[in-house]
Amino acid sequence: MTERSTIFAGFGGQGILFAGTVLARAAMAEGREVLWIPSYGPEMRGGTASCTVIVAEEAIGSPVVDQADAVVALNPPSLAKFEPVVAAGGLLVINRSLIEAEVRRNDVEAVELPCTALAREAGDDRLVSVVALGALLARRPLVSLASAGAAIEAIVSAKRPQILEADLAALRAGYEAAAVETVPA
Amino acid sequence: MTTAAVAPATMPERVLWKGNEAIAEAAIQAGCDAYFGYPITPQAELLEWMARRMPELGRAFVQAESELGAINMALGAAATGKRVLVSSSSPGISLMAEAMSYMAGSEVPVVLVDVMRGGPGLGSIGPSQSDYLQLVKGHGHGDYRVPVLAPASIAEAMALVADAFELAERYRTPVAILADGALGQAMEPVVPEYREPPRRPSTWQADTARGRAPRVVKSLILRPEDLEAHNRDLQAKYRSIEEHEVRWAGESLDDPEILVVAYGTAARVARTAIARARAAGLRAGLLRPITLWPFPTLALRGLARHVRAVLVVELSAGQMLDDVRIAVEGLAPVAFHGRTGGMLPSPGDVVTELRRLWSITEPVNGRHRPQRGRRPVPTEPTLATGHGEQLDEGVAAEDLPALAEVWR
Repeated sequence: MTERSTIFAGFGGQGILFAGTVLARAAMAEGREVLWIPSYGPEMRGGTASCTVIVAEEAIGSPVVDQADAVVALNPPSLAKFEPVVAAGGLLVINRSLIEAEVRRNDVEAVELPCTALAREAGDDRLVSVVALGALLARRPLVSLASAGAAIEAIVSAKRPQILEADLAALRAGYEAAAVETVPA
Repeated sequence: MTTAAVAPATMPERVLWKGNEAIAEAAIQAGCDAYFGYPITPQAELLEWMARRMPELGRAFVQAESELGAINMALGAAATGKRVLVSSSSPGISLMAEAMSYMAGSEVPVVLVDVMRGGPGLGSIGPSQSDYLQLVKGHGHGDYRVPVLAPASIAEAMALVADAFELAERYRTPVAILADGALGQAMEPVVPEYREPPRRPSTWQADTARGRAPRVVKSLILRPEDLEAHNRDLQAKYRSIEEHEVRWAGESLDDPEILVVAYGTAARVARTAIARARAAGLRAGLLRPITLWPFPTLALRGLARHVRAVLVVELSAGQMLDDVRIAVEGLAPVAFHGRTGGMLPSPGDVVTELRRLWSITEPVNGRHRPQRGRRPVPTEPTLATGHGEQLDEGVAAEDLPALAEVWR
């Protein structure tokens, strides 16, 4: 693996920055180089929030990417904005609970899951981004599932230990759902 | 193996840290006694970190009523010899210009962090490098300069904070750290290692007059003869800084056909673009100024002789560009690529510019190259290779007309 970029995008409150932080911490724990950068612009107020996480074996240059190796889209505007950004052969994780639009690209791998519904089953709608992170890792092992779980534990335990179990359940739910789903030909 | 409370033998554990917070903690660990500020995006986390940490340590933290209040409090605190940090973002930095001039005039050390955002005016909160001219060319009124340090990573920003305090106190001058919103907001793993520069003995500080004659720290010098003498002293100090404190880093400089000059976040975009260009057979290299003033003029001039073109990349409409052209002196064509308003150039954009520039320039050997008269070239110190490396000699022979094709 050289350098892999992932964009997480959704509404503010869907845990976009959190999911990116989990990936970044897990990558750091695995000894990789990583860079996490949020879109901290005015679009965060009510619109689409996003963050980019670059995981690499060597020092990372640009914090901005021309194309993303993976995009996690949790709401309709995110898919519209970032679908064109996925590299050919890249991965698109789509939250079917909120997104009705079809995927237009035929040169990317799409994982379409009811992330919000899966999050609710795990314990809380707001864990939607953690479900999506699990799905991402099932298809793109940027970090191990164990590392992601440990990163969640490290972050959540300090502030809200009561939601740790639900978080880990959401991560597993996304991972398992994406692992069993057949890849479209 | 049992693990007691001992330091690890291997690399210390890394922490994932946001740029603004890392800068704040580095300042604390560098011995910052007092912080003054006023909240503004994209620098707010720096102030928030200080708000929490400084009182814990029994040090001074004041969220002032405005940037004007903050910088003037800093002037007062720093005049007593305390180690003082101030931070803001572009519009707030503009408000601080007057007091910065006073501090330069009265030779008061302070460290000012500017996490730049899009301008002019209130602009946007997006990352930008459009305060270059403001800080590098003096900031406030009067004949003065401040050393300006430009980190390109969070780890480097942490190291430069300690260096900034040291420079400020060694030369009794304000020092600016020029970062941008992307660096302030991004997170990267860093090793939490810090440095606290040694304190200098009290020789000028208005700390106490007990047992000695009172000292005065001021910038008002009404007699023109005296003020001119003061200005001469200041200029001598600035020449000394120019001679000793130039810092830059280079990458892929063995054989570049095109030299990219960029700092901070723009340099990181350029680094990725250069790697991509090289993979496609276009040999580009990077000169990354770490001190924007003093600018690595001689290093750049030495390199410019051997490249077919120079490309400047900035998050601005072209501000460092002026200093690059001054350094290059027409020895090579200078082109520019920049984005403004909070937009970032992408690596792909820069690769496109490199290709375009390559296609419209000639190899060095086939180029009619202007030469300048011989004159003494002082030694250029560098960060990357240690101090005192001689970079290139002044080109001999008679003056020839400057190169015709120098692009904006």
